Amino acid sequence: MTSVVATNQTILVVGGGISGMTAALEAAETGKQVVLVEKNPYLGGRTVQLYRYFPKMCHPTCGLEINLRRLKANPRIQVLTMAEVTGISGDKGAYSVSVKLKPRYVNDNCTACGECGKAVKTEIDDAFNYNLGKIKAAYLPSSMAYPQRYVIDAAIVGTSDGEVAKAACKYNAVELDMQEEVVTLNAGAIVWATGWQPYDATKIVYYGYGRFPNVISNVEFERLADPHGPTGGKILRPSDGKEAKNVAFIQCAGSRDENHLRHCSRFCCMASLKQTHYVQEAFGDAGKSTIYYIDIRAIDRFEDFYQNVKSNPNVNFVKSKVARITEDKEGNPICNGVNVEGYKRYATAHDLVVLAVGMEPSVKGMDIPAEVMSDSSGFIMADPANAGIFGAGCATNALDVNRAVQSATAAALRAIQVVNKVARAEA
Amino acid sequence: MAETKTAAYICKGCEIGTRLDTAALVKAATKSGKMNLVREHDFLCSAEGVAMIKNDIDNEGVTHAALCACSRRAKTEAFNFPTIAMSRGNLREGVIWIRPDTDEARETTQEMAEDYVRMACAEVKAMTVPPGNQKTGSVKTLLVVGGGMSGMTSALESSKAGYKVVLVEKSGALGGWAAKLHKRVPTREPFKAPEDNGVADMAARIEADSNIKVYLNATIAKTDGAPGRFKVEIAVESGAIAQEDIGAIIQATGFTLYDANKLPEFAYGKTPNVVDQAGLEALAKAAAAEGKPICRPSDGQPVKSVVFVQCVGQRDASGTHLQYCSGFCCNTSIKQAMYFKDSNPDIDTVVLFTDLRTPGNGEDFYRAAQNKGVIFSKGVVSQVTPNGNSCTVKFKDLILNEDTEAQADLVVLATGMVPVSGVNIDAVAAAPAEAEAAVEGEAPKEVIATIAPESILNLTYRQGPDMPQFKHGFTDSHFICFPYETRRTGIYTAGPVRRPMDILQAQEDATGAAMKAIQAMENAGLGKAAHPRAGDLSFPTVRLEGCTQCKRCTVECPFGAIDEDEKRFPLFNESRCRRCGTCMGACPVRVISFENYSVNTVGAQIKAVDVPDEFSQKPRILILACENDAYPALDMAGMNRHDYDPYVRVIPIRCLGSVNTIWITDALNGGYDGVMLMGCKHGEDYQCHFVKGSELGRYRMSKVGDTLKGMNLETDRVRDLEVAITDMATLPQKINEYAALIKSFPPSPFKGF
Repeated sequence: MTSVVATNQTILVVGGGISGMTAALEAAETGKQVVLVEKNPYLGGRTVQLYRYFPKMCHPTCGLEINLRRLKANPRIQVLTMAEVTGISGDKGAYSVSVKLKPRYVNDNCTACGECGKAVKTEIDDAFNYNLGKIKAAYLPSSMAYPQRYVIDAAIVGTSDGEVAKAACKYNAVELDMQEEVVTLNAGAIVWATGWQPYDATKIVYYGYGRFPNVISNVEFERLADPHGPTGGKILRPSDGKEAKNVAFIQCAGSRDENHLRHCSRFCCMASLKQTHYVQEAFGDAGKSTIYYIDIRAIDRFEDFYQNVKSNPNVNFVKSKVARITEDKEGNPICNGVNVEGYKRYATAHDLVVLAVGMEPSVKGMDIPAEVMSDSSGFIMADPANAGIFGAGCATNALDVNRAVQSATAAALRAIQVVNKVARAEA
Repeated sequence: MAETKTAAYICKGCEIGTRLDTAALVKAATKSGKMNLVREHDFLCSAEGVAMIKNDIDNEGVTHAALCACSRRAKTEAFNFPTIAMSRGNLREGVIWIRPDTDEARETTQEMAEDYVRMACAEVKAMTVPPGNQKTGSVKTLLVVGGGMSGMTSALESSKAGYKVVLVEKSGALGGWAAKLHKRVPTREPFKAPEDNGVADMAARIEADSNIKVYLNATIAKTDGAPGRFKVEIAVESGAIAQEDIGAIIQATGFTLYDANKLPEFAYGKTPNVVDQAGLEALAKAAAAEGKPICRPSDGQPVKSVVFVQCVGQRDASGTHLQYCSGFCCNTSIKQAMYFKDSNPDIDTVVLFTDLRTPGNGEDFYRAAQNKGVIFSKGVVSQVTPNGNSCTVKFKDLILNEDTEAQADLVVLATGMVPVSGVNIDAVAAAPAEAEAAVEGEAPKEVIATIAPESILNLTYRQGPDMPQFKHGFTDSHFICFPYETRRTGIYTAGPVRRPMDILQAQEDATGAAMKAIQAMENAGLGKAAHPRAGDLSFPTVRLEGCTQCKRCTVECPFGAIDEDEKRFPLFNESRCRRCGTCMGACPVRVISFENYSVNTVGAQIKAVDVPDEFSQKPRILILACENDAYPALDMAGMNRHDYDPYVRVIPIRCLGSVNTIWITDALNGGYDGVMLMGCKHGEDYQCHFVKGSELGRYRMSKVGDTLKGMNLETDRVRDLEVAITDMATLPQKINEYAALIKSFPPSPFKGF
């Protein structure tokens, strides 16, 4: 049984992406007890699936390393991975929370030596790389994965490959009879930081995502550019593995659109501008990018970054909402539409189309087992009655990393306000 | 003090035991390492292994332990012994995982492992457990400078968490910019209409809050001290000085609008019918007070047509005006257009823009304005000309691609934000140097273009009276993952002084800053470091009798932690210190050290390496790798089994800035054949977590060339490599290339001395 020590002065943080980690660390570094719950087998969330950040073009794992070191050094945070909150009862200052823990089939003995991964034969979809590749069914999700422990996929449990993994482990770390369990814990305040999902691009039927292999999403493009991604950092298009030197970026794909997401996701313009750098980095002047846009939203000091990309002769800007994507015989996607500046029709072939899909809050449609206010787009709203559950990061608004961390830092204080009140009452 | 007892533990798990001769490792720890107790274990991180170590600590009196197993980044939960000094010898990621399992590699791999055991022993013997900063201050009162929306929010949120707040506002009332607003952009669903500005409610809450003490018409005359023990002098209206003991500070001094007079082509000042966004708010407030529609200033007639010009003096690539986008003005113009449309739908309201920027739910607000009949047109305005009681707005319509014009009763210019951030201390520091250069050069440069603004905080810090500025005068953090990273520990900026932002974001920002300020006070009281080495109890001590008063430490500290005392010796303010070790790297006489990280902890490791003689053809290359990015990259190279050269010996360091040149000269004098430094990117988009550490480290190393020449050594024997954490695949190759270069040189002539 997993044991969790928690009281009414404990802060529960739901979601172990950069927002959740930040909220947990800020609270713990102020002396509070924290339980951090993450549904993946590792921390870091969506940021660690990015190759680089705008505008510095630095690597998300750099910040993750610092956050992990803060975490390792802080005894006040208990991390539960492969865990989901299934029930919340009580009120602020005295919640009772049930958390479902899925079996990892690997216990704390694991040294991450990798023998189980070497031994098993079964391959599964590589979720970390948005299923763009395959991995062994006994795996470490990434080199930066924390906890640094392997995962045995449920698919091989009960098969001979499962036994192979168990036999390969010299440390009795593989436990194939591990069961799903539910733990109940107390918490005074809860920070809900469950982040976002990329909008489901198959719903934008006229862009052919899912039908045309060379139409991909912006988050998938990050994995293609990353040297630790499925192509070793080579920008190869999915249909034939050809180098994608002529890349189109379609902004507001499913965003600012009453039929899809009404809101603007804020980060996608900057993300596409950043991704033109990937094309330039990979192919030099042979790499061409075209950005189809409505408004370029390089807000506040990011304007420099936009001006810099704009001055690159290899990047072309077309003010147009692409009407439809078709495909030619060679599998090249063709963007069809009207350039609003001067009203010219175009039908332009590209090697690869990247849909800049926006963010949909993960809480949308999720059944948070408590009273939490959301707006009609699904983002958590601040509750004027100030209960003890607070949203943080992209669960509350369409935010870039910097602003998500800010939001999470603020949420940590709101949670502390509640548990400090409990502490004063109990003192 | 308890007697020192040293122990080394050699793990045999993860193939360490099969790939290496662990008996020889035990011998290395016993003979060369001179450890009192040496134990092997098949699986050191197991419950049993951990219990063994714990037992040695509790019952054998072990005070210093060298754990020779996996990387210091691995198994940290198991190897958690906070009461003793501990080092980690990296035999797994650092040795067996980066070496091929072949017969010919065995000997050099074993030598590598033995060296790492010796190094771990030497390091731990030079360490002590930090007792924590003794000169702490325990004041838990927060100072908030600025009583606008950001400052009020910081004050209220801190109070709610149980902290006392002193709020200082230079004007006679709370509310700042927000108080000037007729209404504010909506913050809640359905995001369709302007809302009350919210100032009166917040000001009333502050007045009723016994935790918050407000000074109006007051400024900060002097800020002295450090987190937990700031002494702040507040100049009040009467001219008197009030004293407050403060634990941490939030600067929320806001912004002013960019001066529209700098853009004569827009006729601001030439006709009262051209206003900036503040001017329009004033008109709207006055009109609301009188219950009248908004009127044209020139003749008092109700406005029938209005044009909003976006990005005036903003997003200016020419560098004449503001280069950035202020982020809030699109929504503000939409809101102001609604002032007209909501009162009379027949008023022509046109917004001329190039990119309309309404992120998030601002999109609903934008759509609501379109539904109310506000016209949005993509156009660039070139000129506004007064035309009787009207104005002519000339613009290029970007959709029709033609020059055209519009008539309007009123023109509103969206001019953007200029932060009120006080003195630009970097420019002031650079000024004397530039003036000196100008004397020698031909044309004297304009050193400080405008009259230096008044200081806001009046810090008594040696490095200047205000917060260091980032781009465009904003006092933002440079880090994406760490927006509250501050270069003055315990002082945080919030709201538009930090970055252009709207009210909603400013309130969120102010809450986050309050969190950080509270945390800084709490940790200062416990003698613990602030981010990124949060919780670190070590702090620098200086042996003043050896100090030559060269001032390098006081000048180079990236956080302004060190002042000079009246005798001109360095005065360390420990709770300002972030434990990066830049001072230690800077000190030419090596009198600065930390309990667990010093010239000696690294120097002893360098000396512990066995340097074979010149006939062995086994060179030794020292790698000093920054623990933040380079060391993890090396670890991950190991995890992915990328081999590299067996002659390198890697020592993790806190930051390149902490590298003292004595380590380089000691290594070369000791017969090492090459030294490689690995640190983060520096320059404009620097990634150093200690701001200037990697830059300073590199600067110092650039001076090592002379030393090398003096020693008759090739300058390539010291190499500086910029490393990112993702370089795990390319780094081994770069190490191997460097090793090949070193092998092409004759062996170091200093071997055997």
